[in-house]
Amino acid sequence: MKLDDVPQDNSRSFEGQKKRLYARDENGEYTTALSSGWEAEDVVLDQAVEEYNRFSREARQRVQQGLSSPLEYHMYAHRMDVTVLAQATGFFRWQVRRHLKPAVFNRLPPRKLQRYEEALQMTAGQLRTLPPEDEPNND
Amino acid sequence: MTDFNHQQTAHCESGAVAALLRHNGLDLSEPMVFGLSSALTYAYIPLVKMGGMPLLAYRMPPGRIIRGLSKRLGIRFHFERFRRPEDGTAALDKYLEQGTPVGLQASVYWLPYFPENMRFHFNAHNLVAYGKDGDDYLISDPTFEQPVRADTAALQRSRFVKGMLAPKGLIYYPENISQAKDLTAAIPVAIRSTANMMLRTPLPFIGVRGIRHVARHMEKLSPANEHYNKLLIGHMVRMQEEIGTGGAGFRFLFASFLQESAGILSDERLVKAADQFTDAGDEWRRFALYAAKMLKGRSELDYDKLATQLRKVADMEQEGYQMLLALKSR
Repeated sequence: MKLDDVPQDNSRSFEGQKKRLYARDENGEYTTALSSGWEAEDVVLDQAVEEYNRFSREARQRVQQGLSSPLEYHMYAHRMDVTVLAQATGFFRWQVRRHLKPAVFNRLPPRKLQRYEEALQMTAGQLRTLPPEDEPNND
Repeated sequence: MTDFNHQQTAHCESGAVAALLRHNGLDLSEPMVFGLSSALTYAYIPLVKMGGMPLLAYRMPPGRIIRGLSKRLGIRFHFERFRRPEDGTAALDKYLEQGTPVGLQASVYWLPYFPENMRFHFNAHNLVAYGKDGDDYLISDPTFEQPVRADTAALQRSRFVKGMLAPKGLIYYPENISQAKDLTAAIPVAIRSTANMMLRTPLPFIGVRGIRHVARHMEKLSPANEHYNKLLIGHMVRMQEEIGTGGAGFRFLFASFLQESAGILSDERLVKAADQFTDAGDEWRRFALYAAKMLKGRSELDYDKLATQLRKVADMEQEGYQMLLALKSR
């Protein structure tokens, strides 16, 4: 990559930050240059973020229909899946999956609920409810 | 308060190590740190899943740069991990009071200064803490332009997440750099180690064979699973470009290391090798571009075209590593 080829596509996701890339100057010598983003990268980043957003939206619907506990929504809203949430809480995956059921989640003893509070940095009250649709957490 | 010379780098671990060494009087460039620790690789491990995607790496696992560099240069690093978060915070505060900047491992997701869209559950991010101001830690995060801050609760949280690559509050700093080894001896060993790993690892999903393995996998993707296939392709490009690689999955960083080494060893052949890896890097970038266009729907989703591009990269890299192995015979 030549210095002139360092992309400056002003990525929104960078929030004004720039990242350092390695490129060659006109003499072929390596140096670094700041990039404000690359469109190709934006595409794949948006794709990854959107995938979690989609999971959150679908989970919100299931919660509203009484098919899932709010935990499922909060898990995806924190860009986690069952595996990551299990690791973060120390539960087995089958336990987390059980806790996604409303009936089980509603009876969860405070001791277990606390592990979710810790892992997701939320209060018990927040965990038991859905945030309003336009809340920034609903990313 | 401790003065710390913040410099932005491409990659977090090589950047944090370079910054700590520089603070202790040993000035090595980021590419030199990266190259000397033989950190370049290619690995595709479908058995290990991260967020439903196979593990794909363009560099060796986290921790390799610190350990690799200490091995090659005989620099001992001090490592500390903690069972209790409060102990980790107390130890960090103690080092900062003494005026010792230290490297930390932390989760990207819980670091408050990361842009929202960049926050994922990656637990092996590296940064340097060099001071404390009230409740705020002063942080030199190698992937940011300016020094940043994080409050005590947030930093403790991100240093003690559980899960894959859990940091367990890791603190590290170089202990003795008085008798750093000669670079002219260390460079050829490091280069050979990378070339051997990329060409001779007897596993089909590591090194150049790994790239070809993924090319074959691309061709066999079933058009029926388009959603998953697109996620997989996007994942490949993210691992290659987005995760602080300096461009083209660390290939430009590696080429820069070869170029710098050419000067140190006065070996013209390394200049040629640097050119070769720059060209290979450009082809990796082209792969990313093709992939992004297909994902965006601006060109037709064509798995064969992506596979062909990967094979092209594999051929160019293979030639590059062979050039590096041939250096030995002079």
